[in-house]
This record gives sequence, structure tokens and C-alpha cells, in this order.
Amino acid sequence: MKQFNYTIKDEVGIHARPAGMLAKEAKKFKSEILIEKSGKSVNATKLMMLMGLGVKCGETVTVTVTGEDEDAAAKAMEDFFTANL
Amino acid sequence: MLKLNGKGVYGAVAIGKISVFKRQEAQVRRIHVEDTAAELERVDAAKKKASEQLSAIYEKALKEVGETNAQIFEIHMMMIEDEDYNESIQSIIENQSVNAEYAVAVTSDNFAEMFSSMDDAYMQARAADVKDISNRIIACMAENGDTDSSSDDKVIICADDLAPSETVSLDKEKVLAFVTAHGSSNSHTAILARNMNIPAIIGAGDELLEKIKDGDMAAVDGYTGEIFIDPDEKTLAEIIAKQKSDLEKKELLKSLKGKENITLDGTKVNIYANIGSVENIGAVLVNDAGGIGLFRSEFLYLENSDYPTEEQQFQAYKKVLESMAGKKVIIRTLDIGADKQVDYFNLDKEENPALGFRAIRICLTRPDIFKTQLRALFRASAFGNLGIMFPMITSVSELEKILAVCDEVKAELKENNIEYSEKTEIGIMIETPAAAIISDKLAPMVDFFSVGTNDLTQYTLACDRQNPKLEDFCDTHHEAILRLIEMSAENAHKNGAWIGICGELAADTTLTETFLKMGIDELSVYPSYVLKLRDTVRNIDLSK
Repeated sequence: MKQFNYTIKDEVGIHARPAGMLAKEAKKFKSEILIEKSGKSVNATKLMMLMGLGVKCGETVTVTVTGEDEDAAAKAMEDFFTANL
Repeated sequence: MLKLNGKGVYGAVAIGKISVFKRQEAQVRRIHVEDTAAELERVDAAKKKASEQLSAIYEKALKEVGETNAQIFEIHMMMIEDEDYNESIQSIIENQSVNAEYAVAVTSDNFAEMFSSMDDAYMQARAADVKDISNRIIACMAENGDTDSSSDDKVIICADDLAPSETVSLDKEKVLAFVTAHGSSNSHTAILARNMNIPAIIGAGDELLEKIKDGDMAAVDGYTGEIFIDPDEKTLAEIIAKQKSDLEKKELLKSLKGKENITLDGTKVNIYANIGSVENIGAVLVNDAGGIGLFRSEFLYLENSDYPTEEQQFQAYKKVLESMAGKKVIIRTLDIGADKQVDYFNLDKEENPALGFRAIRICLTRPDIFKTQLRALFRASAFGNLGIMFPMITSVSELEKILAVCDEVKAELKENNIEYSEKTEIGIMIETPAAAIISDKLAPMVDFFSVGTNDLTQYTLACDRQNPKLEDFCDTHHEAILRLIEMSAENAHKNGAWIGICGELAADTTLTETFLKMGIDELSVYPSYVLKLRDTVRNIDLSK
């Protein structure tokens, strides 16, 4: 299991567009990728649930990656968050 | 003539015939089915067709309204593929043995409900997206899924509400204006209308569709949010006049862009813009302002439910500085209290808030808040040409305390090897008579002054500016105010500082000549006034 925290810097938070891109990225991996905010956790491949988390700028999410390709997936997720959020 | 009121979301006017938007509102009925597998197949086929339609709409939107605005349709395509959404449709069909249309409609309601109940206006507006894609899938299940709104004349489209895909699907060449009975200004329809430069009014109320019919003549005023059905001659003349002045303004705008702010005798002045949020930067650039003379940082505090973090502020300031690409950006530190209240500051109710605990007084009492903002500002200074301005100054000792905090922040940044610009200019607002009177003492301590004429007027004339009864007594051209500004200008220049005006008086073109004679170096106004003011400056001759 791989885990990291990330504080959202994008002004509007995880809004529709980055959520869509994130879901697309997460689908590339076999590992289960969970995004957690204040105790509520959703699967990163699920666009609507991801938007439903309502993550705003300045809030911190915990990303947990579990599965056979977790190293690559965690790295891809970190890169994605840094580049887009 | 019948007049209806809504909220104008794009300022422009139009006159023409009404076309009531007809939607093939498929009445969804719950039907019991035996063959659920066939229903699942129907959903798949409809989804495929819907995706094809969406990619066509995306291409159309890309050409008409640009990539940023077209992206919503890409999101729609992704939403159609959403796992939970599809699992929900599938399980309703299988577990309840019902038709596909019903399963999609119920799923749509549930997901829309989730978004509407969120505490964020942006996410609430996404409920419309869920409904939009669901209606599209349902329409695709019917044999003829296409909506057709063809007519030969240009028309004013009236609807209860328009889904984003409906707005874009309309032939732009044939649309004069949008008027909807419902809808929010956060909706994509409102945003798209702004980008298509078409007058748009939302929230005109249920009366709209009850009182109008196809072919009615109407005039739409996107500035005031008014819709006139069967307008009389007087109203028509007014709308036509607005249309004409819009056209003239556009011409003026074109001809003055890129020109200098210089008088006939060669005196130059900087014309900057006042803005209150990052979104206004576009307007600053479009109107060719030389910089930002007042960036109100309050929005960061007003939009948040808790104190904005240093990082959050840093990102916002950096974005402004980078967008302005080396042009001057003057950011004013927190100015809340009085008429601007923020819940989490827990400020006491005051008898006389204009003379109360506000602006710099809060900052100097709560150094934690002040230092967070200053750290964010100095960090951002490395990314552009920043000026930091402090509001509500009345004494030398306040300014000494502020400068000490600035030095402290800079020392800390240096210690941690965090970059900041040594060229960052420090300035103060001249908005109390006290500051103007002791401007000889304040000027040597700063790089610039900026006169806040709204508060300076209120404090000098002892006139509450929120009280409409005092309008006759609140003479903004009062000699006392002009003398205070002149005195501040003299003292600034004697001490090597520059002086600007960022209050509403800066945009008052009857005073522009007076200000230039005083030697005012900069005038900062609403972005939309920049070119008008440039026009005034270019027609002044100070040698006369």
C-alpha cells in the first residue's frame, strides 16, 4: 500500500474538469486508488463521486493506492496532482 | 406593453421576435418489462448515440466558444461513462424489472440531488449537467432523438431553462438573445452566453412562459435585466439608443487601444484598473489598462469559510502578477470591517462601524492574520511587479509598526531561502483627513500614496456614504477634499514618492484636468472606464 497527502492549490478545487482527468488517469492502473477527505473516501475512477467529495482549494486529501502496480500508480497520481491541482 | 424583470448576465440589448424553445420533453413512464437484457442493450445503444452527439457538440463549441468553455461537453462524455451512474441504471433495470427510460430518469434525479445538496454553488450547478446527459440518453432511446429549432429570422430564444448542450446546439447565427424563466448566473448557459456576446437574462420567472407566444415582438435589455413584450415606441427608442452607444463604445475601444495616456501638451498619466477578484484580470487586459491600481484582497477572505492559508493567498497573488506580465499590480491588504463583514473573524457589532475596528486596525491587533498575508504577498513578489498598499492609515506610529512587520517577514523569508523581490513598492491609502494632513511625515516612509476618495469624502465631510438622505450634502467635489488631495500630492512629490487616486473620483472626467494640474501620477478606475478616461486625457490641454 502506498499513501500520500496533497493540499489542493487549484483555486476552484477538484472541479469537473480535473476530476474527469483524474478518473481517466486512475483507470490506467490495476491498483485500487482511493481519495479521502475528512473521513469520506471515494474511488478515484468514479467521476461523479469524486466531484461529490467537494474538495476545495486549501483542503488536504489522502491518496491511498493498493494493488500490483501500486508503485507506478502512486507515482502517476503524485505527478497528476502536482501538475493539475 | 408588458415588462418582465430578470437578472442580466450579459450586458447588451436586442430587439426581435420571440421563439419559445421547444424541447422534446419525453414523459418518462415506469413500465414493467420481462426482458431486462434487452433494456440494458437499449441503454448501451443510446449511450453510444449520445456520446457521438456530444462529440459533435464539443467540436461545434470548440469553434464557437473556445476550448475552456467546450470542455463541459468532454466532461459530459465522461459522466455518461461513470461507473456509479451506470451501475445504478443497471441495478434499477434488473432489480425492479423496469424500462430503461425509467431507470435513467431515477438515476438522474438521485445524482442531481447529490449535487444540489452540496454547499458549493459551483457543484450545485452541476446538477444541471447530470440532468442534461440523462435527458440526452432518454431522447436517444426514442426513435427521433433530434431537436429542431429552425426558423428563418433571427429570434429571441425564451425557455424555462436551457441545458448547456441546448444553448450550444442552437444556431448562433439565428439567436439574438436568451431569456430564461429560471437558471443561475453560475450556470454554463450564462457563461456561454457571455462568451457568445449575446444578451442574456435569467430568472425572469414563470410569468415569462405564461405571457408570451411565438412571434411576439420583444426588446431585451441585458444591462438592466428587463424584457419588454410588445414594446412601445419610447422603449424601442431607448433600446435602439443603447444599441447605438454600444456600437460607438466598441469603436472607441478599438481606436484607443495601444495609445498613450497623454494630454495635448504632452503630460503623461498612468491609467490603471481597480479589481476585486482574479476573474477580472481579463477585463483589465481587454481594456488596455497600464496596470492594476487597486486589487482588493478581501475576496480571498469573503469567499472562504475560514482564514485563507498562506499558500492559497500566494497562489492567487502569483496568478495575478503572472497574468499582468510585468505590469504594476498594487494589492491592498485586508480591508474588512465597516460594510464588509466576514463571519469567522467574529467581530463585535459596532455602533459606528465606519469609525470602528476595521482594515489595518484589525491587522495590527491580529498579527497572525497580517503576517500570513504579508508572507504570501512577498513570496508572490518574485513573480511580477508588485506594490503592497495599506488601508486606513492615520498616524506615523501605525506605519512604523507596519514597516517593522514587513521587515520581519522579509528577514524570515531570506533566512529560509525563499525568494522575494526587493523592488516591491510599499504604499498607503490616503483616505482619512489625518493621513492627508500629516502626508509630509508619511511620504518619506513610503514609495507611493493612493487616495481613496470614497472614504476620504465620508470622513472629511462627516457624511455617512451609506445614507441615501445625505446625498445632497455629500459633495464629492468639495474644496476641502480637493485641497487634501493637492496637499498630499505636493508632499509626495517633495519626498520622491508618487501619488495615485483609486476611489470613484478617479473616474470622474469633470475632475481629470484638476487632478492632472495637481500632478497626480496615476488614476485607477473600473476596467470598463479605462478607455473613456484615456479619451478625456487625450483631449486636455494643460498649457491653456
